[in-house]
Amino acid sequence: MQTPASFEYERATSVEQALALLEQHGPEACLVAGGHSLLPMMKLRLATPEVLIDINELPDLGYVRVEGSEIAIGALARHVDLLASPVLREHYRIFEEAEHVIADPIVRNRGTVGGSLCQADPSEDLSAVCAALGARLVIQSAAGRRTVEARGFHVGPYETLVGPAEMLVEVRLPIRPGAGSAYQKVERRAGDYAIAAAGAFVVLEGGMVADVGVGIAAVGAPQFTAPGAEDYLRGKEPSEPHLAEAARLAAEATAPAVDQRGTVEYKRHLAGELVRRALRSAAARAAGQEG
Amino acid sequence: MTVTDTENTGSTEPQLSPAGNPMGFGRMLRKEDVRFLRGHGHYVDDVQLPGMLYSAILRSPYAHARIVSIDTSAAEAHPKVRAVITGATLEGLNLAWMPTLSHDVQAVLATDKVRFQGQEVAFVVADDRYAARDALELIDVEYEPLPPVMDATKALDPDAAVIRTDIEGKSDNHIFDWEAGDAAACDEAFAGAEVVVEQDMLYPRVHPAPIETCGTVASMDPITGKLTVWSTNQAPHAHRTLYAIVAGIPEHKIQIISPDIGGGFGNKVGIYPGYVLAVVGSIVTGKPVKWVEDRSENLMATAFARDYHMKGRIAATKDGKILAVQVDVLADHGAFNGTAQPTKFPAGFFHIFTGSYDLQAAHCKVTGVYTNKAPGGVAYACSFRITEAVYLVERMVDVLAYELGVDAGELRMKNLLRPEQFPYTSKTGWEYDSGDYPRALRKAMEIAGYDELRKEQAEKRERGELMGIGISFFTEGVGAGPRKHMDILGLGMADGSELRVHPTGKAQLRVSCQTQGQGHETTFAQIVAHELGIPPEDVEVIHGDTDNTPFGLGTYGSRSTPVSGAAAAVVSRRVRDKARIVAAAALECSPDDLEWTQGRWSVKGDPEQGRTIQEIAMLSHGSLELPEGVEGHLDASVVYNPPNLTYPFGAYICVVDVDADTGKVHVRRFIAVDDCGNRINPMIVEGQIHGGLAEGVGMALMQAIAFDEDGNCLGGSFLDYLLPTALECPSWETGATVTPSPHHPLGAKGVGESATVGSPPAVVNAVIDALKPYGVRHADMPLTPCQVWLAMQGRPARTDLALT
Ligand SMILES: Cc1cc2nc3c(=O)[nH]c(=O)nc-3n(C[C@H](O)[C@H](O)[C@H](O)COP(=O)(O)OP(=O)(O)OC[C@H]3O[C@@H](n4cnc5c(N)ncnc54)[C@H](O)[C@@H]3O)c2cc1C
Repeated sequence: MQTPASFEYERATSVEQALALLEQHGPEACLVAGGHSLLPMMKLRLATPEVLIDINELPDLGYVRVEGSEIAIGALARHVDLLASPVLREHYRIFEEAEHVIADPIVRNRGTVGGSLCQADPSEDLSAVCAALGARLVIQSAAGRRTVEARGFHVGPYETLVGPAEMLVEVRLPIRPGAGSAYQKVERRAGDYAIAAAGAFVVLEGGMVADVGVGIAAVGAPQFTAPGAEDYLRGKEPSEPHLAEAARLAAEATAPAVDQRGTVEYKRHLAGELVRRALRSAAARAAGQEG
Repeated sequence: MTVTDTENTGSTEPQLSPAGNPMGFGRMLRKEDVRFLRGHGHYVDDVQLPGMLYSAILRSPYAHARIVSIDTSAAEAHPKVRAVITGATLEGLNLAWMPTLSHDVQAVLATDKVRFQGQEVAFVVADDRYAARDALELIDVEYEPLPPVMDATKALDPDAAVIRTDIEGKSDNHIFDWEAGDAAACDEAFAGAEVVVEQDMLYPRVHPAPIETCGTVASMDPITGKLTVWSTNQAPHAHRTLYAIVAGIPEHKIQIISPDIGGGFGNKVGIYPGYVLAVVGSIVTGKPVKWVEDRSENLMATAFARDYHMKGRIAATKDGKILAVQVDVLADHGAFNGTAQPTKFPAGFFHIFTGSYDLQAAHCKVTGVYTNKAPGGVAYACSFRITEAVYLVERMVDVLAYELGVDAGELRMKNLLRPEQFPYTSKTGWEYDSGDYPRALRKAMEIAGYDELRKEQAEKRERGELMGIGISFFTEGVGAGPRKHMDILGLGMADGSELRVHPTGKAQLRVSCQTQGQGHETTFAQIVAHELGIPPEDVEVIHGDTDNTPFGLGTYGSRSTPVSGAAAAVVSRRVRDKARIVAAAALECSPDDLEWTQGRWSVKGDPEQGRTIQEIAMLSHGSLELPEGVEGHLDASVVYNPPNLTYPFGAYICVVDVDADTGKVHVRRFIAVDDCGNRINPMIVEGQIHGGLAEGVGMALMQAIAFDEDGNCLGGSFLDYLLPTALECPSWETGATVTPSPHHPLGAKGVGESATVGSPPAVVNAVIDALKPYGVRHADMPLTPCQVWLAMQGRPARTDLALT
């Protein structure tokens, strides 16, 4: 049996209290949401927080709802909530497709959006989804709230803009009428982290790409995205040659690391292929040609 | 479900017991599942004893390093720590090294050097698990790193570091050379052959990874001197003898209890340092000590499987008659030679690599080497390395088909042994007991719709889509084994069994084998039911406790039904014979006048006159006067020494689709026709096959324990070492043919490992077949998306090393 080091446990009942506890216990304290990233690391003693602040009981942070021209997702929304959300299905199929291939039902039942983004694992699928969609993330501290771009959120692997006495409370997505979106992932086995994964949305106007976003996970794409590919595609027809070129540009923007999932060359190739497929499918959906 | 199945069993027993179970062979739900499904299984980690202490092992971060010093003072000062044991402590007890099952020794705790990452260095006993684990961090070990030998192909290089400096005079990493078959005849066949094809292939190191990791609770009673050991193991009696030899404790004072075992697959055959350390911990502290390893410890330090680098050669005529097979093997045994197989067979039964074909000649040469990896080698349902043998020959046949440009199915059909050739003595000396191979292959092809599949494949190839069809035909030799030829550490491989029928006609069967999920409590009860007419629900199968069961060698190598199952049948027949005498006394006739029908002895020609086995049970315990020399009660015992192995076989067909742009393999269909002779419980047989097929998909597509050049194990967690899930497995299509074993009392053959042995080459052959348009002839497992893509580029990777 794997045995974590000893730690104190506190249960927060409000965001304010959670932040106060973080403040009180200092940098050795740690929030725990679904625990599916943190607890395995604690069992292996790769993480040894002195205090765990449990935020699972915080009320009203598990929502997925439309607020004006945006979709707002509470930080405690679980993977399973995103998978089942009618709001997301209506506006962004990318969520359903990504969630289908994140971990397994056991992890999805507990794991949260906030935990996924704050874990900042380079392979985290939701980071790629949020990057593709140009999400904005709401961070709260005792001093108040601030909003940052998903595309600037990751400071490095396992590091984000969230400070020691702060917490992520919400994800906000712009609604883009007519957008098509899709997610593609190749893994060695169901429930494994991606070898590479890519998501995209496309908005068409008069058959041309009016707006586009690309997100890429697991292959070292800076901020989980590929702006060069997006810029290239904007204003163009989503034809196969154009998609192929965008995919090539996206692949070029990656910086994969070799591990047993694949060589650098393969991962880069795969990233390009998945970007192409995600864009193709997103464009087809935007054109109303694919479900 | 209480359906009786007669299609496969070779015998018709339509009768149902009062509980609705078959009165003998047939489908019935597993008796043990009543407790398992309700969460009432009782595993080693469930054992709680008064005053029990907990323990943890400090392991080496290095693959190869000299131990300069170990400072345990801080750990000893921990308020909850009861004992800290190091190699030096054990040296004082003459316990620092223990014998392996292959005439080598293995360190219990490292003394001089560490020889693989994860090797046991120190042992802490404490009041609770957390304290034991905390204390590990307080032990200060100074290492001087040495160059590790991680690439088996370089282990014998003159400049390779010598791993086993503990063996006097050892100046290289060589363990053994071994050969089988006729080298001269083989050379001759190759010299005269029209076609010779050669192929290197690796069966990578994999791990059995049972869901329950290994563990032990040891309790040495300081007053009586009795040692009780609860442990995860597949061979309790062999363990008892080993503890007696290793620790010098008298064997009659040792009781080994194997409670429920959560999967073994060969991982729980041997004795690990942790087991011995729990015993030492109990002796030192005077308290029961529990040691249970975690997942990473299990994957990194316990018995791995395979790791065979094989160079195969196959000779044939131009029109596809296979003449000979030859193979050179470099066997990576890790840091200690701890493979578990019958003594005379250092490469296990690998020399059954002639497979299912009629050859003129065959020869193999195996060289074993030490590397800085965990020991093991014979595990993961391998039937003593028949996995490697089947993989070799079934890949070679496909490689030959590729070179000849012929259909792999036709090529096999042309070369399979014919039914009239049985019993057949292979070119490496195995005596195959029975078989009808073409029938099994035809049946698999029928279920698959083979011709249609080939048509579909041709159409898809036109469109640039990659679809592959892979066949594997395997023959296993299982049920070790005849005492004359087979022993483990000098213990002959015969199994005892005892059957006692109580006065009311309920029975207890005691067996030496050890179920780890195979369903023995059901199957063995059915054997007694079949032989005696006692309903399976009235037969309790007792196992897993050396104080309460007869001696025997345990469960691995698919030997339970071939050996212990035969023992159960024979002991039942002995009881039946005794019952006949009792019945004759009661009916006042001669035993010769009686005949046996469905659980009853009755007078020939007057069936009304008879006694059921239940009536006889009461009579034999009662006051009925019995003939001179016949004792009362109704029981018997037996030691069954198998005359030969049993030879199950099967034909497997796998259909895959490969995504040409990502390299991802999708197993679309898998057809498995197994012939394991008579099936005692066809449902349990199918369960065993389903599990083995899943394992085959795992090995073929995702599993390997690779190492980087610094000696780091790259498969030390379930994040890195992947077990297949339902999503990777198609809905298995199983079929059966029945060719009973002529020498097994029930006509049964072992089947526990058939699918694990037979399926990997079917999957690999299918993937390679799919890649044919790219000119791919071979790529090593696991065929991950990356490996497939690399193979399409003509440069598949070595899967025993870190990708670069
Ligand atoms: C077997 C398995 C397979 C997986 N496979 C995948 C996969 O395929 N793809 C994928 O993308 N992910 C995968 N995951 C990761 C999974 O998505 C994450 O574990 C999970 O969703 C993280 O959320 P959590 O709520 O469990 O986070 P926790 O483990 O509770 O927390 C993770 C980190 O985030 C911090 N944190 C949590 N909430 C907040 C907050 N609101 N504000 C600030 N910090 C916070 C915690 O302090 C901690 O440092 C897998 C996990 C497992 C166990």
